[in-house]
Amino acid sequence: MATLNDLVPGERARVLEVMGDDSITVRLMEMGLTDGEDVELLGRAPLGDPIEYCVRGYRLSLRSDEAKRVEVLRLDDAPVG
Amino acid sequence: MVASPDFKSSVRKVALLGNPNTGKSTLFNALTGMQVRVGNYPGVTVEKKVGRMLYQDQSIELIDLPGTYSLSPRTLDEMVTVDVLIGRQADVGTVDGVVCIVDASNLERNLYLVSQVLDMGLPTVVVLNMWDVAQTRQVSIDVEGLRQRLGIPVIVCEAHRRMGVDDVRRTIAMFHMLSAAMPPKPFPAEFYNECSALSAKLAALGECDLPFYLVERLLIDAGGSIEKSFLDKYQPIEATSTETANAGNQSESLAQFLSASRERLRVANCKVPMVEAKARYGWVRQLLAGVATIPKSRTKTRSDRIDKLLTHRVAGLAIFALIMFLVYQAIYSWSEPLMKVIELAQKIVSDQVAASIEPGPLRSLVIDGVIAGVGGVLVFLPQIALLFFFIAILEDCGYMARASFVMDKLMTKIGLSGKSFLPLMSSFACAVPGIMATRVIENRRDRMVTILIAPLMSCSARVPVYVLMTTTFVPPVIFFDQVVFEGTFFERHLGIGLQGLMLFGMTSLGAVLAVPIAWLIKKFAFPGETPPFVMELPSYKWPSPRVVIDRVYDRVNSFVSRAGTLIFATTVVIWAAGYFPGDHTELHRLEGQMAQTEAEVAKLSEVKAPELLDAQRRLESMTAQRNRIGSELVEHSILGRAGHVIEPIVRPLGWDWKIGVGVLASFPAREVIVATLGTIYSLGGDVDENDEGLKSQLVDAKHSDGVTPVFNVVVAMSVMVFFALCAQCSSTLMVIRRETNSWKWAAFTFCYMSGLAYCASLLTYQLGMLMLS
Repeated sequence: MATLNDLVPGERARVLEVMGDDSITVRLMEMGLTDGEDVELLGRAPLGDPIEYCVRGYRLSLRSDEAKRVEVLRLDDAPVG
Repeated sequence: MVASPDFKSSVRKVALLGNPNTGKSTLFNALTGMQVRVGNYPGVTVEKKVGRMLYQDQSIELIDLPGTYSLSPRTLDEMVTVDVLIGRQADVGTVDGVVCIVDASNLERNLYLVSQVLDMGLPTVVVLNMWDVAQTRQVSIDVEGLRQRLGIPVIVCEAHRRMGVDDVRRTIAMFHMLSAAMPPKPFPAEFYNECSALSAKLAALGECDLPFYLVERLLIDAGGSIEKSFLDKYQPIEATSTETANAGNQSESLAQFLSASRERLRVANCKVPMVEAKARYGWVRQLLAGVATIPKSRTKTRSDRIDKLLTHRVAGLAIFALIMFLVYQAIYSWSEPLMKVIELAQKIVSDQVAASIEPGPLRSLVIDGVIAGVGGVLVFLPQIALLFFFIAILEDCGYMARASFVMDKLMTKIGLSGKSFLPLMSSFACAVPGIMATRVIENRRDRMVTILIAPLMSCSARVPVYVLMTTTFVPPVIFFDQVVFEGTFFERHLGIGLQGLMLFGMTSLGAVLAVPIAWLIKKFAFPGETPPFVMELPSYKWPSPRVVIDRVYDRVNSFVSRAGTLIFATTVVIWAAGYFPGDHTELHRLEGQMAQTEAEVAKLSEVKAPELLDAQRRLESMTAQRNRIGSELVEHSILGRAGHVIEPIVRPLGWDWKIGVGVLASFPAREVIVATLGTIYSLGGDVDENDEGLKSQLVDAKHSDGVTPVFNVVVAMSVMVFFALCAQCSSTLMVIRRETNSWKWAAFTFCYMSGLAYCASLLTYQLGMLMLS
C-alpha cells in the first residue's frame, strides 16, 4: 500500500485513509486530507524533508513521518476526473 | 466589570477569528487604528489583543483571537479561542458576535473553520479577504449565492488595501440586529441523536443550558481538554453519591456513557473524531457547489515558479543562506549607528543634567539610574525594529514559511522545528529580539524550548568581555604561520591565531551546549510526543508596507510598554546597590572642583596661557583622586560588600572579590563588567575593552598576599566561560517573563544558566590549573 511519502514530485494520488486516531491524525484530516481527496506532491525541501503537497488548492507541508500515515491510491496513469 | 442590564449602554464585544495567513491582523489594524491593548490571557502564554472600533457614534470592542485552523481545542491557542467564543473566558465575558475571516483563494479549508463557528450559534459575519489573490488564481465566487446559502452577511475585502473595510465596519456595528447564525448540521443524524442523549445525561448531572458546541466537542474529542474537565468535575461526585448509584441506569458514569456513545457511533460508521473532518468538508463541498468554481488543475502561477527556485536543492539553500546573512548583518551591524545615536543622545542629556544639577545623590540617580535606565531600554529598539522589519517582510511575502520548510530537517536534529531557526539565529546578535521573534512558533513546547535556550547564543554584549580577556591574557601565538606575497604590497601573514581560536571557541560554546540542554528541557519540563509539522505554505506576494510598518510599531510598542519598565527598574536598583551606603560628599566636592578646573582648562587652552599645563596637571591629579575614592566607595557599597560575601563561592573559579563585584554589577547587562572593573581598579567608569590602562591593571592585579597575580590565562578563560553561559542580562530575563507570562520561567532561566556557568567555569579553572602545574 502506498503512502503520501512514496510519491515522486509531480505525482498525484487519492487519499484512502489517514491511519491512527491521535491528534496528529485529526490535524491532518482537518487540513483537508480526507478520503477521496486528490493530492499532488510538489517537491521536497532541499534537505529531503519536509515535503510539499497540493491539497484542496493550497500548499501543505508535511514531514515524511506524517506523510507515512496517509494511505493513498496512486493516480499515475488513471484518467483524471 | 459588572454587566449592565441595559445592553445598549454596555460595550459590545466582537471576536475576530480566522485561519493563519488570512490577513486577520491587517484587518484588525484597519478596523481599530492604533487603539489596541496587548496583554496575555490570565495564566497562559496566549497573547490577548483587544482594540476599539469606532463607527459613527458607536464604540465596539474587537477581540483579535489567535489564528487557528480548527476549533477542536488541542493547543492552548485553540482552547482560549473556544473559551472566548462560548463565553467561558472570564476576563472577556460573552461576545456578541464573530467576524470570521476567510482567505478567498483557499475557500475549502477556510470554510471548515466557518462550519465550526456556525455551530456556536452566535451572530456571524464571513469576510472574504484576499479577493485579489483569488482573482489571480481564477477562483470565481458568487458572493450573493454564498450569502443566501449561509444565511449570514458575506463581505468581500482586501484588507491590505483597505478595500471593503468600511463594509466590514458597518456590518459589525449592526451586529446587534443580526440573529444568531443557523448551525449547518453537517453530521449524520446518528451523531445528533447521541448529542441529544448526552445533553440529557448532562442535564441530569445538573449541567443545563450548555452551549451546543461544547456538547459536540465533548462527544467528538475523546481524551480532549473538555472531556477531562467534565470528568474531573463529575467523577468524585458520582463515586460518593449513593443516591445516583442506586438510580439504576443513572449510575452509569459520564465516562461510561461517553465510551458507549462513541462505540455506537463507530458501529454506525461515524467514528469520532474522524467523522468531523469528513462531515464538515462534505458540507463545504455542498455549500460551494454551484456558487464557487475553483480551477481543478492548478495553473502554474508566478508563485509556483518562485517556489520552485526557492525550495530548489542548491539555489534554495543558497538564497536561504543569503537572506539569513542579510537579516543577521542588519541586526548585528546596521543597528550599530542607530544604537550609537541613542548612546550619544543619552550622553548629551546626561551632560545637560550634570550642568544643571549640583553633584550629589540626586544627580547620580538621574544620570546613572534614570537616564542610564531609559537608555538601556531604548538601546534595544534599533535591533528590535530591524529584526521585526525583516520578519514582517518575510512573513508577509510568504518566505517565512519556506525558511522553516528549508531548515526543518536540520532543526529536528536538536528536537525543534524549522520555525526555531530565525529566533535562535537572531539571538546571536541579541537574545531580546530573538526571544520576541519566537512568536512565529505556534507550538507551545517548541516555543518554550527556543525561548529558554536562546540566551545561550553568544550575543554582541559578550564580545567586550571576550575581547578584554583574550587580548590581555591569551598570547598572540599564530599556528601554521605563513607569509604570502612576500615583499609585495599584498604581503600578509596567514595562519591560525590562538586569540582568534579562543574568541571562536567562546562564541560557539553556548550554541554547542544548547543542544543537550534543549534535549534535557524537553525531556523533563515539556514531556510528550513530538508535535507535528503540518504547515501551510502561503502563496508569494509583494509585502504590503502598511502591514510591515504596523508590525514593527506593534513589536516596538509592546517591548517598551511591557518589558521596558522592568528593565528600567533593574538598572535603578543596581545603581542604588552600587551607590549606597557610603559618604559621597568628598567625591561630589571633587567632581564640583573638576568641573571648574575643566572649564578653566578650556578657557586657558583658547588663549594658550602658560598656566594651562599647571591646570591640566591639577585636573589629572583630581581625576586620579576621584577614581580612587570612587573605587573605595564601590568597595564599601552594598554591591562591593556582596562581592566580598560571595568571594568564598567564586574562589574555586579562580576569582577574587573584584571579579565577583563585576559579575554582580553586570546583572543588567554583561558588558557592564568592563566599566565596573574600570571603577574598581581606580580608572573610572569610562573605560572600554581596548583600554590599555585597564589591561595593564588587570595584568598587575595581585591577590591579598600581594604576590600572586589574580589573572592568568586560565582565570581569563574561567571568566569568559562564565560570561558565555551566565544569565547576566536582566533585559533578557524580563523579556522571557513577558513572553512566557510567568516569573517562573525567568527564574528558571536565571538559575539554570547561572548553575551551568558556574560549573563550566569551575571545570575550566580546575582543569586548566592542573594542566598548568
